Amino acid sequence: MKRFSGLNLLAQAFDGHRGWPEHWPDKAPKAAYDVIIIGAGGHGLGAAYYLATKYGISNVAVIEKGWLGGGNAGRNTTIIRSNYLYDESAHLYDHAVKLWDGLSQELNYNVMYSKRGVLMLAHNVHDVQSFKRHIHANRLNGVDNEWLTPDQCKAYCPPLDIAANARHPVLGGALQRRGGTARHDSVAWGYARGAVARGVDIIQNCAVTGIRRGPDGAVLGVETERGFIGATKIGVSAAGSTSLVMKMAGLDFPLESYPLQALVSEPVKPIFPCVVMSNTVHAYISQSDKGELVIGAGTDQYVSYSQRGALHIIEHTLAAICEIFPIFTRMRMLRTWGGIVDVTPDRSPILAKTPVPGLYVNCGWGTGGFKATPGAADLLAHTIAHDAPHAINAPFNLDRFRNGRLIDEAAAAAVAH
Amino acid sequence: MILIHCPYCEQDRPEIEFTYGGQAHIARPHDPAALTDREWETYLYIRANPRGLHAERWRHIHGCARFFNAVRDTVTDRFTVTYKTGEARPDGGVA
Amino acid sequence: MTGYRLPAGGRIDRHRTINFRFDGRDYQGFAGDTLASAMAGAGIVLVGRSFKYHRPRGLLGIGSEECNALVSINRGAARVTPNVRSTQVWLYPGLNAISQNRWPSLRWDVVALNDVFAPLFPAGFYNKTFMWPRSAWEKLYEPVIRRLAGLGESPVERDPDHYDATYAHCEVLVVGGGRAGIDAALAAAQSGGRVILIDEGDELGGGALADPAQWPVLMALKQELYSCSNVMVLTRTTAFGFYHQNFIGATQQLTDYLEPAVSQGAREKLWRIRAGEVVLAQGAIERPLVFNGNDVPGVMLASAARSLALRFGVAVGRQVVVMAAHDSGWHDALAMAAAGVTIAAIIDVRHVVSGDLAEAARAMGIAVHTGAAITRVAGRHAVKGVTFASDGTGPSRRIACDTVLMAGGWTPSVHLWSHAKGSLVWSDAWGAYLPGTALENTRAVGACAGEWDFGAGVVTAVLPNALPVRSQTAFVDFQNDVKARDIHLAVQEGFRSIEHIKRYTTNGMATDQGKTSNLNGLQIASEALGRPVSDIGLTTFRPPYTPQTFGALLGHHKGALFQPVRKSVIDDWANLQGAVFENVGNWRRARYFPQGGEDMHSAVLRECTAVRERVGVFDASTLGKIEVVGPDAAEFLNRMYTNPWKGLAPGRCRYGLLLREDGFIIDDGVSARLADDRFHLTTTTGGAARVLNMMEDYLQTEWPDLDVWLTSTTEQWAVIALQGPRARDVIAPLVEGIDLSPAAFPHMAVREGTIAGVPTRLFRVSFTGELGFEINVPADQGRKVWDAVLRSGGAHGISPYGTEAMHVLRAEKGFIIVGQDTDGTMTPYDMGLDWAVGKKKPDFVGKRSLARPDMSAPGRKQFIGLLTERPQDLLEEGAQVVLDPTAPVPVPMIGHVTSAYHSVALGRTIALAVIADGRARIGEMVFIPMPDTVIRATVTAPVFHDPEGSRLNA
Repeated sequence: MKRFSGLNLLAQAFDGHRGWPEHWPDKAPKAAYDVIIIGAGGHGLGAAYYLATKYGISNVAVIEKGWLGGGNAGRNTTIIRSNYLYDESAHLYDHAVKLWDGLSQELNYNVMYSKRGVLMLAHNVHDVQSFKRHIHANRLNGVDNEWLTPDQCKAYCPPLDIAANARHPVLGGALQRRGGTARHDSVAWGYARGAVARGVDIIQNCAVTGIRRGPDGAVLGVETERGFIGATKIGVSAAGSTSLVMKMAGLDFPLESYPLQALVSEPVKPIFPCVVMSNTVHAYISQSDKGELVIGAGTDQYVSYSQRGALHIIEHTLAAICEIFPIFTRMRMLRTWGGIVDVTPDRSPILAKTPVPGLYVNCGWGTGGFKATPGAADLLAHTIAHDAPHAINAPFNLDRFRNGRLIDEAAAAAVAH
Repeated sequence: MILIHCPYCEQDRPEIEFTYGGQAHIARPHDPAALTDREWETYLYIRANPRGLHAERWRHIHGCARFFNAVRDTVTDRFTVTYKTGEARPDGGVA
Repeated sequence: MTGYRLPAGGRIDRHRTINFRFDGRDYQGFAGDTLASAMAGAGIVLVGRSFKYHRPRGLLGIGSEECNALVSINRGAARVTPNVRSTQVWLYPGLNAISQNRWPSLRWDVVALNDVFAPLFPAGFYNKTFMWPRSAWEKLYEPVIRRLAGLGESPVERDPDHYDATYAHCEVLVVGGGRAGIDAALAAAQSGGRVILIDEGDELGGGALADPAQWPVLMALKQELYSCSNVMVLTRTTAFGFYHQNFIGATQQLTDYLEPAVSQGAREKLWRIRAGEVVLAQGAIERPLVFNGNDVPGVMLASAARSLALRFGVAVGRQVVVMAAHDSGWHDALAMAAAGVTIAAIIDVRHVVSGDLAEAARAMGIAVHTGAAITRVAGRHAVKGVTFASDGTGPSRRIACDTVLMAGGWTPSVHLWSHAKGSLVWSDAWGAYLPGTALENTRAVGACAGEWDFGAGVVTAVLPNALPVRSQTAFVDFQNDVKARDIHLAVQEGFRSIEHIKRYTTNGMATDQGKTSNLNGLQIASEALGRPVSDIGLTTFRPPYTPQTFGALLGHHKGALFQPVRKSVIDDWANLQGAVFENVGNWRRARYFPQGGEDMHSAVLRECTAVRERVGVFDASTLGKIEVVGPDAAEFLNRMYTNPWKGLAPGRCRYGLLLREDGFIIDDGVSARLADDRFHLTTTTGGAARVLNMMEDYLQTEWPDLDVWLTSTTEQWAVIALQGPRARDVIAPLVEGIDLSPAAFPHMAVREGTIAGVPTRLFRVSFTGELGFEINVPADQGRKVWDAVLRSGGAHGISPYGTEAMHVLRAEKGFIIVGQDTDGTMTPYDMGLDWAVGKKKPDFVGKRSLARPDMSAPGRKQFIGLLTERPQDLLEEGAQVVLDPTAPVPVPMIGHVTSAYHSVALGRTIALAVIADGRARIGEMVFIPMPDTVIRATVTAPVFHDPEGSRLNA
């Protein structure tokens, strides 16, 4: 791995950049690995990276049916925050935020984590009560989150319309200053480069077609398009395709996969300094470093793998955005795209061992997986390495759907992830 | 916006007239108390989520307001058939 | 390129000159011009700056493929639109265009220094640097990058324009109004169905508009088309997305081509079209050639120059050199020469050019250099000449010129085809992807299907040059400054998928979304990887085809029409009284009625006092109401709610508690049995639709054998809640047919009669703990009864009260509000509502879930009251409750405050909360840590006022 730095960039500039090596050389799969991760998104690549760097297991393969980072890792709106209500969620997401801080330096890959602040708008008395509850709980959990008056909201985000007679007036907001954005592709690429440098094999364009299990039920490896690859530990981090992979191991899962759309505007000069979310109006928006307004839409209502969303979802999303930011009606939508999000019954993730020995799962992140990337990756690696969950992800188990110990942030607060 | 054939109205109508109702043919157990926690979990939460043909419920909420069932390919979002509540899945599929 | 207006020709109206302005200078064009053609005709070469290096940019194309000539159009205050393609702006008097992404001026752009340091900023440079020191990313590097990036400026004022939207249906929709599209529309019209033809331009014709020989035929066809009564033609309309089942989104420009002073009505219109069949006739886009210096202003597409000459009467330059790899460049050159444009030379990378093109060129005095390629372009702000060489590597020769035209072949526009998930097939002949198999009922015709003969050509990646690619400034994506060498670098660094290469280099991610760069990028990647193009795949085409205005996409859905506000029939009255409102769900409700400058605190105290001491009146019309009718009505409710219903006598009411199947409380409300087979249900204000949908679901799909009908009656009834010790006295004079005496009409009973002459369902219920009635009357009579109650109550000191006082009064009694005191994770036991659960019922919705282990485990949160140590300390709703406020972070929390108010009845503050094992903690001290203090409170039962209920039974 050639070190990235301004100095090396300068040196390379004089040499036509001929000295930069491949980020992740192609590898033919070995016959067997200590651990196989299925799914080369940010979570899966990160898990491989942490297995190699933190948990001493570098004989690892990440197997991906398409291109690494080609799923939700490269399709999301890059929002990072950890101001969740319940202790379990706050600890989980804040674990990630702590890892985001310094990730560029750790990976020697600028992932452009930008703590520009995430502002969640309250539009009615219920929102105010709910956000205050978050703020108090977050404070006691050591997670930053502060209340802003409407004027303070406007000062923090000048394009905001805080007119009292608006259809959904802004009654205040909850601001997490450590919240922000990062460059999504760079996260996957940075983890991939870091993992490969430490001996991990990334095998792209290699769909898993089966999971082989021994007489005791434990996993033996995966059947793939390129043959059988052995491993006694398999981590599944396959987002929208998790149900399908789990079926290969004979497991039915409490998951459904929905289309989720997002869009960007044409690039413009800096106008939008932070991230704003409004659950009541159903809008979330930021501006990328390139100048595009990055806008998240809602999910379509039906299960689908088509990656093809409906126009009326876009119409509604833009109506919501312009309701809060009326100055944007003359802006233009440049590109829309769709992803597949896997959603659990309580809309919290599953990051746990499964009933199949040697099979571990990280799924159910719904619309909010990007922000958790470093945390989920680390905890998946921990769970695989120790064959036991870390205290942080222990509550995010499969048992909760049987015993009723759900972690239902959305029901508790009607807050989108 | 997908077009949906309501088997009661016998018309193809746009999606915004309908609400989605999740996987079809998950009957509520007659005696829930007789179920184990595992069985009850399966009823409440375990879903097929197939890549391909999916039997699912829709409600023509801004039309006749009836619930009905449909088989749709989740890869193309195309419906193969819609049918009335209580009827067996016409294509004999299971997911 | 020093363009000038040719003495004759074109489709412009030379009798109508139009003044316009660019960067503060005045110019003239003609009616029929686009801004681009008018600027070219006025000799303007430098029109913009590129995104990353701020390199000078000139016009590249002629239509929606334009990626360089982007301007901001200023139509007056608050009507500035950034990033507009000048090729699609139709000239109007006074048009005011401003260049972008430069400072202080287009010609002298300070940031063009970036270009000097370009070797430092190859593809992906930002991943490799700006990491030290750690804090500098946000404080220094990112702010600088953000300021340099972006093109135009965002609007900063509210847009005064409005936008229209509609649906349309047709048997055949044709997208693209060139010859192929017109033919398809005419053919479809023959069959008699509804036909819609959409075209981006201001007139139909497409490429034929740049070919005067076709004009007579075109005119005839258009006349025929416009005479068909079943054909609707929409020009200046862009079909931007092809969605499921032949659903097409399109936007029509309505005013932007008109002078602002005469513009009326909506600015744009969104068409949502459902078509039986979609015929795609989108044509093809000419491909630039990638060579050293190909971005100097004055290097442009040959077809665009032809269009300027023959459609707009503009010569692109005085000395034009054509760099071709395709016959179409020769045809364009010959046509331009015939129109009076001086073509100095045609250079073709091919050694052999088909047919007699070379001969024809020489006959017109054009120098011909086959088997040669341009190796360098002189000039920075404008082309001054080109250097070319045989096979790019032979001895250099130089030609002085001011314009270079690129003819690199054609890329069929398969965008919409691909949106609709039609397959694409690589064609070696075209060097492009062509439509394969359709998923929807659609077909492609004309050039976008490869059906039009543009002549032959070769597909080249980068023109041959003795210089290595690394040393050339050979651009692939002109707006995003992606050079051929960036793509090579991406491949060198291990990016093999075209999706990766695109993301790493940003090739094809500019505002044209790769219309001119995708295929060249693919070709270069293919060469660098040593694998055929068809192996590398293609980046996905995603809507929209061209950027679409947010305003058009949201259409009418803004302000009052974003989500219509629901108002009760009493709302007007409340508004007249100066009520302060709040939004509850989609309803607006009066929160309190301030008098004489009162704040909320004083108003609410006064309103509460009125209810406790005299009588208050409250608009409860927003409560959800469902009429449940049928022989099995009681059985149905018995299965839905936790409570037993079969034993409820007609004329009596019962509090009902509704769970989701997972055991958590979803709704509640008091319901009445009017007859054996008829119930009047109430739900929470926000929950009405959810509850009805849930009930319909169970009724239709689980228990279709039950004979029950459900009808939403929320808006049928106005509901006037009259609460307080004198409530009976107020209605007594108004009521007929009902014995109001406590014995005949006890608490939790319902009677039918009349009030103020209006038929009523009169409930004796109380959400305040006082003697109370809820008067249900037909909604259209609600205001009349409201007024009558107020008149009658005058003598009793009646006062209206709002939702805030209602909340206080019910909290004093410990009545819960679902959604405030519960949050979707609370069970009946958690809320102390065991009494509302029918113990003997074998089943109800949610019952089985309540038996899951965690649902009755110790440590669950339970609903209790809190009294602060200092009586005037008001807890904050949402504040957390702890046992040890000195514990280090993370501090263990046992619950939170759900409701907190100043209580008139108690003369102090009260609070409701849910805390772990709360009922066992009654009498204990707990702590509520605030940012600057810790509040101490005692756990109490949640009923603060009249726990024995003597007042409401009065």
